[in-house]
Amino acid sequence: MAAVKQTVEHVESLEKYKHGFVTDIEQDFAPKGLSPDIVRFISAKKNEPAWMLEYRLDAYERWLAMDEPEWAKVYFPRIDYQDSYYYAAPKEKVGPASLDEVDPDILATYAKLGIPLREQEVLAGVKGAPRYAVDAVFDSVSVVTTFKKELAEAGVIFCSMSEAIREHPELVKKYLSSVVPVSDNYYACLNAAVFSDGSFVYVPPGVRCPMELSTYFRINAENSGQFERTLIIADKGSYVSYLEGCTAPMRDENQLHAAVVELIILDDAEIKYSTVQNWYPGDPETGKGGIYNFVTKRADCRGDRAKVSWTQVETGSAITWKYPSCILRGESSVGEFYSIAITNGRQQADTGTKMIHLGANTRSRIISKGISAGRSSNTYRGLVSAHPKAKGARNFTQCDSLLIGKTCAAHTVPYVEARNGQCVFEHEATTTKLSEDQLFYAMQRGLSQEEAVQLLVNGFVKDVLQELPMEFAVEAQKLVAISLEGSVG
Amino acid sequence: MLSISNLHAEIDGKAILKGLTLDVPAGEVHAIMGPNGAGKSTLSYVLTGRQGYEVSEGTATLDGEDLLSLDPSERAARGVFLSFQYPLEIPGVPALTFIRTAMNAQRKARGEAEITAPAFLKLARATAASLKIDFEMLKRALNVGFSGGEKKRMEIFQMAMLSPRFLILDETDSGLDIDALKIVADGVNAMRSPERAMLVITHYQRLLDYIKPDRVHVLADGRIAESGGPELAHELEREGYDKYARAA
Repeated sequence: MAAVKQTVEHVESLEKYKHGFVTDIEQDFAPKGLSPDIVRFISAKKNEPAWMLEYRLDAYERWLAMDEPEWAKVYFPRIDYQDSYYYAAPKEKVGPASLDEVDPDILATYAKLGIPLREQEVLAGVKGAPRYAVDAVFDSVSVVTTFKKELAEAGVIFCSMSEAIREHPELVKKYLSSVVPVSDNYYACLNAAVFSDGSFVYVPPGVRCPMELSTYFRINAENSGQFERTLIIADKGSYVSYLEGCTAPMRDENQLHAAVVELIILDDAEIKYSTVQNWYPGDPETGKGGIYNFVTKRADCRGDRAKVSWTQVETGSAITWKYPSCILRGESSVGEFYSIAITNGRQQADTGTKMIHLGANTRSRIISKGISAGRSSNTYRGLVSAHPKAKGARNFTQCDSLLIGKTCAAHTVPYVEARNGQCVFEHEATTTKLSEDQLFYAMQRGLSQEEAVQLLVNGFVKDVLQELPMEFAVEAQKLVAISLEGSVG
Repeated sequence: MLSISNLHAEIDGKAILKGLTLDVPAGEVHAIMGPNGAGKSTLSYVLTGRQGYEVSEGTATLDGEDLLSLDPSERAARGVFLSFQYPLEIPGVPALTFIRTAMNAQRKARGEAEITAPAFLKLARATAASLKIDFEMLKRALNVGFSGGEKKRMEIFQMAMLSPRFLILDETDSGLDIDALKIVADGVNAMRSPERAMLVITHYQRLLDYIKPDRVHVLADGRIAESGGPELAHELEREGYDKYARAA
């Protein structure tokens, strides 16, 4: 109840896109364009070992031979990959030893975004409130990771990808690209060649990570792509909850964001991965600018009884092309996908999931809530498949679409493949229009039109919001409201 | 309290109200009766500001303040409440959340402080008990899967919680069995006060046995065709609306 009110107040106090500021920091750029030399430059900048450079150059070669995928229901002019920067870092110190060495402008940016970067601020919070370890990625570089010491005591490794390559090469070599192969798809392959940074997590056997881990990604520099690489390994019987948040300033040009996230879950382990994505969606009238969010996320339940849960709140980006997937390899492993995708203005989203049942008695659950407003297009695309060995596989899918106004579109494209006779797949789908009767009813009780829309939409997405960690659920609820501002009237 | 003068209203260019004049002073309960299609529901929507109902002529004021230029939520904040003939289902929003959000929105519009959580719950529990509503039901999504009778009771519950000054009951008796009707009528009667006024819209006389009106008006062809005391309702029950239909 209070959250709804907060939402209302929040909306009133905000501009259309509140994260649309640019921080003026001296940037260290690689020259524009993409070539083997740029790949070498990136690798050298990061002091990478030779095997990593080879990995990148190999990926670059393969990428050259690939074509951009065209099957998604999104439309955009061809991207000139030579007209972008592939490396942008805050100048000088690439690996700050402590917070004091981080550029105060960057810290100010994160403060504006409301990220509890400074541990003392976190600690000064409400007594008993959960604490979050944060890895902050600014353009391409991880600037600071908090709570490292406390996590290390529990045996948890949480650091930037660059650091993991240097400090934990055996883990990186073993798991990198083991879920998303280098040439899996066009954007993932590009990422393998030029990825800049990202987060690395390893949770040892039997350890329950003592706090939520989170990463905040911020694109700041102009014309720069952002290519994060995230790798999370939950060893046998461990548990970790991870959250990523994303923002970018308003720019007239489109910026490319092509991240890859790989999750590996061994026997009896569990990863809960939540995303609150609020990249700049572009100008709502002209569609100018905004982020192209072409992301590959995949989890591999490699062990028996492994469990993974993807929860995403996608409100930003001009174009979203994203299908967080679960490979259910281990027997009795479980995959879940909870999604809220909101499009407004000229946004286009083609998002969903793949549940690939390989092991016996594997289970999956998909709850997708798509909301379209303005002149946007919102597509759910999902695959549920059971292979011959996946006897006893079960899936439940629920896809609901809500239309606001008369000029938006919603599409649902479910693919279902059962290659054995002993699986049970259920699919439910609804499409509803935010009804004027409901709006009037709420307004007659005293809610303004804007408040009425928020209340009804919050009701629509409730099933998914409750899957998010508590604090983020409140944040996400606000985001939902902001994204739909001005969508009725 | 409410004063309507020469009100003309139309939907999609079709005239529905054709010069309706009506005064409901504070402290009184007035019944509006009439044949189907006479404009009874249109009157309730015009008074609450629903989109699509165009007022082409006339005025409607509450305590001297023009209602017609206000948004639906502004009218609600000034104390206008409509108990819907067909209450809407609000999926995913618990009844308590809905009412508290509405209550605070109204308070904010009036420049009052929000109700505290303990005060709200105390009020909700007491109100639910008086209307024989199971408190657990208030934690469910508003009206979703509720029976017709439960929905009507929820309307009266919301009315009691929001404590409006001017109440419009649109066919509140439809779909109610006799027990539910008594509970609803008790709830409405409990709200009668010298500071409030009510407009009870109904097709049948039955409801008026339980909610006794001070005045009864017959609405036919967009105008008040006849006004009288409670006995007029009984007369209509016996003779029907035929003579008004002919007059039109």
